[in-house]
Amino acid sequence: MSPEQTSPDTMSIFSPALAARFDALVEKYPLRRSAVVPMLLYAQDEIGYLSDAVIAEIADRIGITELDVRNVASYYSMLRFKPAGKYNVQVCTNISCMLRGAYDLYERFQEELGIGHKGVTADGLFSLEEVECIGACCWAPAIQVNYEFHDELTADHVPGILASYRGRAKAEGKAPHA
Amino acid sequence: MPRLVFHPEEVKVVSKRFGEGAANIDRYIELGGYEATKKCLAQGPEWIIEEMKTSSLRGRGGAGFPTGLKWSFVPKQSAKPKYVLVNGDESEPGTCKDHLIFLHDPHAVIEGTIIAGLAIGAKVGFIYLRGEYRYLLEIMEKAVADAYAKGFLGKKIFGSDTEFQIVTQTGAGAYEVGEESALMESLEGKRGVPRIKPPFPAVVGLYGGPTVINNAETIATVPHVIAMGAAAFAAIGSPRNGGTRLFSISGHVQRPGVYELPMGYNLKKMIYEVAGGIRGGRTLKAVVPGGSSTPVLLPEEIENLGMDFDQVGKAGSMLGSGGVVVIDDQTCIVEFALRTISFYQHESCGWCIPCREGTDWIKKSLTRFHAGYGVAKDIDNIQYLAENMMGRTFCPLGDAAAMPTLGFVKKFRKEFEDHLNGKPCPFAKHVELAVI
Repeated sequence: MSPEQTSPDTMSIFSPALAARFDALVEKYPLRRSAVVPMLLYAQDEIGYLSDAVIAEIADRIGITELDVRNVASYYSMLRFKPAGKYNVQVCTNISCMLRGAYDLYERFQEELGIGHKGVTADGLFSLEEVECIGACCWAPAIQVNYEFHDELTADHVPGILASYRGRAKAEGKAPHA
Repeated sequence: MPRLVFHPEEVKVVSKRFGEGAANIDRYIELGGYEATKKCLAQGPEWIIEEMKTSSLRGRGGAGFPTGLKWSFVPKQSAKPKYVLVNGDESEPGTCKDHLIFLHDPHAVIEGTIIAGLAIGAKVGFIYLRGEYRYLLEIMEKAVADAYAKGFLGKKIFGSDTEFQIVTQTGAGAYEVGEESALMESLEGKRGVPRIKPPFPAVVGLYGGPTVINNAETIATVPHVIAMGAAAFAAIGSPRNGGTRLFSISGHVQRPGVYELPMGYNLKKMIYEVAGGIRGGRTLKAVVPGGSSTPVLLPEEIENLGMDFDQVGKAGSMLGSGGVVVIDDQTCIVEFALRTISFYQHESCGWCIPCREGTDWIKKSLTRFHAGYGVAKDIDNIQYLAENMMGRTFCPLGDAAAMPTLGFVKKFRKEFEDHLNGKPCPFAKHVELAVI
């Protein structure tokens, strides 16, 4: 391959917006690699997971090895190496939520979606995760769907929450995998 | 949207702008915002540090280290740039106060960061939020951009010759990163494992430069200390514990919420009056006073307990992050202990063997125990494992896992014994099968 073909500009899997975000971010730090963790998360938000191509591109842009990027990425619980659903339902079952019925909530999500921890529905619309404390202890039990918080829930709220996201996906008029 | 709560017993200092639209910079200025920073700019670093010492403000992250003293440790002359690092990785189970600060009063965090920078002679401050707080990060980013636009941040802040820049940073899911040295590692783009101390961050910190690391609540308190005067702030709290604190009261109370109360406020009153008592007419079984890592207290231990660092320490627990988790009489303590240790097992970064192995073995042991397959010697074994984690790790996560475990075993030994000989748990319905 010629050098032109391997430059990030021509081979990038980042959208122009994500590439611009990276370029702005990396200038803010005394060291470029400080951008690794935020960039992994922002790239995951756009692409869905940390594919080999994402790892390679971040390594290339920062100027460190792919192994180094993987080493960092594997530490953080929000980062994933496999696709999740379009809407990733994260149910906190830590102490404050547990005391107020988080496991009933989590079981209801399992029943309604027919999947367990880290499962993805067949249509790719939802995935489910049991997560550690999300910082909503006084409004327990709480969940996050992607980055959106839903708090003070009971198991009866579950069908409504799922319906609202199904509706949103439909309104966007896109197939879940698009 | 997290619900705000109010109670007449509250003393609103840090939370006084909550619900007032202060995330908008003009509204914040209208409410007296950024006056503290201007005052500090005029008075200079020595004055600021003296004020902070007089205020007896202590770190709100958990350790309770005096803020003024921490700032005074930073060398005046340094070959490397100095930094301020704001710890908004709020992850201690039972704690959600910083959530409200970022949501309702982001400019207080910015002001506190600038003031800390002025005190130690730093030109750059980093505000690190946990990855789950994306919507709050966006609020912080907007606030920082607005402060730049007004000239409150940049090369010449408030028209002076002083430079101060702020960079916001997201984490990506890690409790351990709330530990200060692991936080620096994460900000430097690495796995969040702790560094050995000494050297302390005040001497060798972020990018090798002297660094002050403060919890977001501590930083958000700073402008209020300056605005109201250090002596007035100190007078609100108890001796050596200045001011108020945002207590996150959660669990089995009638009115859970984040309440701002003076340091030293009675814990029993906090539960029964401020938070409305135990819900559903049940009785109090136990209370975790300062986030999941602090040893549990029994009802008789909270009668005359003032919630400040010294008094809770004397009672054999810790004030920690101010996360009060209230447990009623229908709760299985073995299950509660299991859920607590499961968290630490999940979050142990694996760097230090006693923590990595200890949390895992205690989790396995408690899982088996709770499922009714425990044997009598397991109780002593759990205690032995926890005792051998204490003080044997780089960072306090090992202690944070061991301390509550020891508390549960020592104070509720009978309940552990009641699970023996295949007896089913009298409370819990979520019994996991033994994993070993």
